[in-house]
Amino acid sequence: MTRQISFSAALNEAMSIAMQKDENVILLGEDIAGGAAVDHLQDEDAWGGVMGVTQGLVTQFGRDRVLDTPISEAGFIGAAVAAASTGLRPIAELMFNDFIGSCLDQVMNQGAKLRYMFGGKAEVPLTIRTIHGAGFRAAAQHSQSLYALFTHIPGLKVVVPSTPYDAKGLLLSVIEDNDMVIFFEDKTLYNMKGEVPDGHYVIPLGQAEVKREGKDLTIVAIGKQVHTAAKAAEQLAEKGIETEIIDPRTLSPFDEDTVLESVAKTNRLIIIDEANPRCSIARDIAAMVADKGFDSLDAPIKTITAPHTPVPFSPTLEDAYLPSPQKVIQIVSELIGDDSLQAIS
Amino acid sequence: MEKTQVKQPMLSKDKAVWMYRKMVEIRRFEDKVHELFSAGKLPGFIHLYAGEEAVAVGLCAHLRDDDYITSTHRGHGHCIAKECDINGMMAEIYGKATGLCKGKGGSMHIADLEKGMLGANGIVGGGYPLASGAALTAKIKKTDAVSVCFFGDGANNQGTFHEGINLASIWNLPVVFVAENNGYAEATPFAYASSCENIADRAKSYNIPGVIVDGKDVLAVYQAAQEAIDRARRGEGPTLIECKTYRNYGHFEGDAQTYKDEEERKTHLGEKDAIQMFRTYLTENDLLSDDELNAVDKEVQQMIEDSVRFAEESPYPAEEELETDVYVSY
Repeated sequence: MTRQISFSAALNEAMSIAMQKDENVILLGEDIAGGAAVDHLQDEDAWGGVMGVTQGLVTQFGRDRVLDTPISEAGFIGAAVAAASTGLRPIAELMFNDFIGSCLDQVMNQGAKLRYMFGGKAEVPLTIRTIHGAGFRAAAQHSQSLYALFTHIPGLKVVVPSTPYDAKGLLLSVIEDNDMVIFFEDKTLYNMKGEVPDGHYVIPLGQAEVKREGKDLTIVAIGKQVHTAAKAAEQLAEKGIETEIIDPRTLSPFDEDTVLESVAKTNRLIIIDEANPRCSIARDIAAMVADKGFDSLDAPIKTITAPHTPVPFSPTLEDAYLPSPQKVIQIVSELIGDDSLQAIS
Repeated sequence: MEKTQVKQPMLSKDKAVWMYRKMVEIRRFEDKVHELFSAGKLPGFIHLYAGEEAVAVGLCAHLRDDDYITSTHRGHGHCIAKECDINGMMAEIYGKATGLCKGKGGSMHIADLEKGMLGANGIVGGGYPLASGAALTAKIKKTDAVSVCFFGDGANNQGTFHEGINLASIWNLPVVFVAENNGYAEATPFAYASSCENIADRAKSYNIPGVIVDGKDVLAVYQAAQEAIDRARRGEGPTLIECKTYRNYGHFEGDAQTYKDEEERKTHLGEKDAIQMFRTYLTENDLLSDDELNAVDKEVQQMIEDSVRFAEESPYPAEEELETDVYVSY
């Protein structure tokens, strides 16, 4: 069996490999090492990132390549854009995706548009790693899933992995990509373990994966919601319903074919997306299938999302906010017209 | 840093008791939250204010209910000093329906608008423009209220620092910007992350007074605050006060704090402890006796225990609350 490591360790390994391979790869962000200019720490990190994902990298590569920044998102994200376009290949950590509020101009109006505005003369090989997701009791300003916001912007690529294996292969792919990519890491997945090969491998961007095969309905799920779908699928299988689960893995570019082929087989589609519903990826996928796969559908497309509210703090409210296997089973029972399914939830 | 020489402010006995009490309330509240978090009873991210009591109390001692404050992720001390309800605060940190924000905000978003407490804030540097905006209301409505913006040394490198303070200066707004320089932005020393020796030095750029005080000395803070707040109320514009202070706990609960200097830590938890220093001043100047101070300690201890009981016995919000209060109407 391949060794098992955590989602967090898989990401750390991807960055270490990329930095060994290419001296132009640098890291920058708030406390990605921590303890800068503290005499007794030197090349030892105090934190290694707020969630410890970059631990040990400053010891491996030194403070010249692992740069702690002031709390100045507009400053260091903007600097990373220009460093990328002038010859480096930076990995910038935007601690929480919610903090994009402090630096959106540098991402949206600068980085994302340089290549197009300059007639194809610029390249921005920049990776922005950022933490997202509810379920950590981190409240409204540290729990959002803002990938739809970035997917909306031409010039940005958007990646949302759901397993340690995908996290490593996708991050290596992203670092080596010559465009600007926003790489989303769900804070509740960091400790999840899975099989991850040693060494270098890449997962191409724009390639969805069928995580589970089935013939009765298709569920497209984003990020950690792949695991919500898997739990629901287990329970549905006991009732003889075979669910196909598709993880798009990258939202921009988006692998439409894999989704359309699955819907052509199952004729039913549910999309699980823990982001807010308006102008969401869930509705984007639903619109795409309604447009290009209408003839395949035997039932309306259903979406399971957060409500149109900020993320609440209280544990009971946050649990209600998130999609759950029970909600999935309820929607499946409505789609299939079988009330007895609800008994298993 | 040298101890700031202060003129002895004329503290009334009532004011002295209030200030001592608030400082102890903050310390006991934070120690209790630390204990509860360690026991796994509290959800989410917690950032404790213990050690910095003299700043919030020295400032808020001059404020009325209709004065505004903006706070930070490390906001419990500001809430207590602005007289937010302790039971409501504790319940909020538990995520209970009886919390000041009905359990929807948590530790990082406690707010009490009736007390002029415009919210703790999860975004570093989020407060400057908000403080200026509240001051704009006061100026236009001619209420003579002032606005106090608390921020950390980490936040002094955010772009909003420049924009918020510049706006307050050109419009002559009644704001006091209060830097709580505890030496570390999360795990990064102030000296590494800031191009200036003192945050107060930056006041020059905005053509406003910049004042440095020993933030462990509540009397020094009280006096500097008095001048700045009076100036703001007179319509003479903003002031930047930098309080040199120290946080006794980590950036957040769970922080191993390997970046701190051990000697520095011992000094701040020992001889430079703000509450001990104030206590010594009060007894040596015969403002309050040890018995009186001990009685306050005891009352506060009980109050904090009661708040925990109140929070634990309170219900969680009903699931229907998830979709309320997004809009006024929709």
